[in-house]
Amino acid sequence: MCLALPVKIVELTDGDQAVVDLGGVRKEISLALVEGVALGDYVILHVGYALTRLDPAEAERTLATFAESGLAEPASA
Amino acid sequence: MKRGFTRALDFRHGQVEMTHGSGGRAMAQLIEELFVAAFDNEALRRMDDQAQVDVPPGRLVVATDSHVVSPLFFPGGDIGCLSVHGTVNDVAMAGARPLYLAASFILEEGLPLADLRRIVESMAQASRDAGVPVVTGDTKVVERGNGDGVFITTTGVGVVPAGVSFSGNRARPGDAVLVNGTMGDHGVAIMSLRENLSFGTTIESDTAALHGLVAAMLEAVPDIHCLRDPTRGGLATTLNELARQSGVGIVIGEEKVPVRGEVNSACEFLGLDPLYVANEGKLVAICAPGDAARLLEAMRSHPLGGDAAVIGEVIEDEHAFVQMDTAFGGRRVVDWLTGDQLPRIC
Amino acid sequence: MKYIDEFRDGGLARSLGAAIAREARAERRYSFMEFCGGHTHAIARYGVTDLLPANVRMIHGPGCPVCVLPVGRVDMAIEIARRPGVILATYGDTMRVPASGRLSLLKAKAQGADVRMVYSTADAVRLAEENPGREVVMFAIGFETTTPPTALAIKMAEAKGLGNFLVFCNHVLTPSAISHILESPEVRELGTVPIDGFVGPAHVSTVIGSRPYEFFAEEYQKPVVIAGFEPLDVMQAILMLVRQVNDGRAEVENEFTRAVTREGNAKAQALVAEVFELRREFEWRGLGAVPYSALRLKEKYAAFDAERRYGLADRQVADHKACECGAILRGVKQPADCKLFGTACTPENPLGSCMVSSEGACAAHYTYGRFRDVSRKAAAAAT
Repeated sequence: MCLALPVKIVELTDGDQAVVDLGGVRKEISLALVEGVALGDYVILHVGYALTRLDPAEAERTLATFAESGLAEPASA
Repeated sequence: MKRGFTRALDFRHGQVEMTHGSGGRAMAQLIEELFVAAFDNEALRRMDDQAQVDVPPGRLVVATDSHVVSPLFFPGGDIGCLSVHGTVNDVAMAGARPLYLAASFILEEGLPLADLRRIVESMAQASRDAGVPVVTGDTKVVERGNGDGVFITTTGVGVVPAGVSFSGNRARPGDAVLVNGTMGDHGVAIMSLRENLSFGTTIESDTAALHGLVAAMLEAVPDIHCLRDPTRGGLATTLNELARQSGVGIVIGEEKVPVRGEVNSACEFLGLDPLYVANEGKLVAICAPGDAARLLEAMRSHPLGGDAAVIGEVIEDEHAFVQMDTAFGGRRVVDWLTGDQLPRIC
Repeated sequence: MKYIDEFRDGGLARSLGAAIAREARAERRYSFMEFCGGHTHAIARYGVTDLLPANVRMIHGPGCPVCVLPVGRVDMAIEIARRPGVILATYGDTMRVPASGRLSLLKAKAQGADVRMVYSTADAVRLAEENPGREVVMFAIGFETTTPPTALAIKMAEAKGLGNFLVFCNHVLTPSAISHILESPEVRELGTVPIDGFVGPAHVSTVIGSRPYEFFAEEYQKPVVIAGFEPLDVMQAILMLVRQVNDGRAEVENEFTRAVTREGNAKAQALVAEVFELRREFEWRGLGAVPYSALRLKEKYAAFDAERRYGLADRQVADHKACECGAILRGVKQPADCKLFGTACTPENPLGSCMVSSEGACAAHYTYGRFRDVSRKAAAAAT
């Protein structure tokens, strides 16, 4: 359920609105459900509203975890 | 000869009215000042109810298509040129050289004449560019509320030279599957305008007449097995049709199917699969494996085939499934579409 | 696409698959329920099952708000749409859901009802502004992810003084559904459906946080790993679940740390709490009545409530007798176990909730997994 996408904020317009970009496609959305997001931030977009800010550091950490998990040996044989 | 029209058509502020379809003077004026003026060819100028034309030797190919697209105008085209390209392509998919078009219009009362003119002129331009004249036509007007502005039905005839025989049932295991370019452009261009789903993109409809490309392909590989244009329902639907008609399976590679980045993104936004999105200037070709390289070369050398690619192959499969090797590493079925793809939230 | 493509990398998928195979103990079976329809879709679309070892299996849960919407509620939506002067605004997902009398919203539209597809509740509010002489009713569906947008729309309409904007509320709650599954006899007492853990919803969790799941882990001693939506997220979550099971742990872990925190989105939660309250119970298609599992508008916002405005009464519409959706949603049966699957019940003609939306277990299996059944049967017949 809940088709939601990470999109980049490329323009802040008035009234809690913003223009976001996903791979070259732009859309105007609402930031009314989040606080403290800035130009250049990524947010999770669902039905025209940003639900939360995406944490880039955590994203990198998660990707690193994928790579590690693939290489790690089991903790208990 | 001076006509009995007291006033020229008002293309700036005028609208289509019921009288334009009633067979009287108003209709004659519309036909003469708009349609005949735009399409401008000998057959049409004769103003008969039918056209008598010369046809070179070969088998006659006939195709017809109705165009009900909304919105009428979209990035890269409009219902006018679309109606020319669509039918020219249907004829071309038989390997035939398209010769003539007939066009009938159902106009909704209230359609601005300015819009109608824009559409007709676009059709005329497309017809000229394709070298396929509109030699006869018809006009009807329906009451306000009964049409999406305008519906256009075009019928095309062409001849296919002896020895050329494409059919959906000629795909054989081992054959190569090719496309001439990126998938999903038209559908996304349309959706970018539809009410409540707007986004700014540079995607334009790929609407184009393909008969020139087909002629070039035939010259390189006369024995193409199948040719079809993936319009409504997209590539996936066309592949399923061909697989079923030929009683074979098809396997394509996700990474081999050309899709523009923005089309991918737009589809992500809406929860759509580009494989099922409509195209209006693309074709799928199936040929013997030994001919694939030559065919690809011929396609790539043509302006409408710059992004052509081999996307997969035909296999033995009594269930006639279409499958895809995903970029992720698994294989999945690419099934028939269930009704129109609608954007989803879920 | 950044933060999407990297999470679909095939190379990492293979190594994660190998890791799961290595760490899953050969002598036992692992059964995990992915609650969320989006996860079901990802697993099917990317063929994640192909990359899992045979002793790790996924059970598809009821996390598809369209699938669990009872027919009676769709009937009500159609009834609303047919009221003179009403514009029914709806997300695309519900347009084709078959309702009673062979109707659907799409068919009702063809018959003249003014049904408009919207991408966002903001579009519905705009419709109300642009059509002051009409009543615009938003057919609101979805889990906790989609509820804040509805709350916001109501507040917007209130701020603009729009008396012609209404909501037909069908928002449902995730934790209640999970409880219901865990409380079902097959799981709780009979132990016939061994659910060893849950892959928790991605985007619901961005709103509600990871905290609400701590109750399940504690009470039912089942591990929960909240996973992002991309296939690598799901695989990593499965690996984390395998590890928890092996270690005998029952904790809430968060794989989707880039978007989910323990507390969630406080602003969105507050907004929802202000506008909505719990219904005592609500019917979930295939699951029956589930207590405290759905929301309705508070008295304070009664003016925006379509059910109150039109005096609509709930109605029960039974599913086909042979429909196994209930069992499938609880993980007791598989789509192929249902007599109707693929014959009478197909995506073109869905008879039950699991086939209705592309995320339902049966629809996903039909679209992606069916050929595996066929080739498996063929292989079995050949031996």
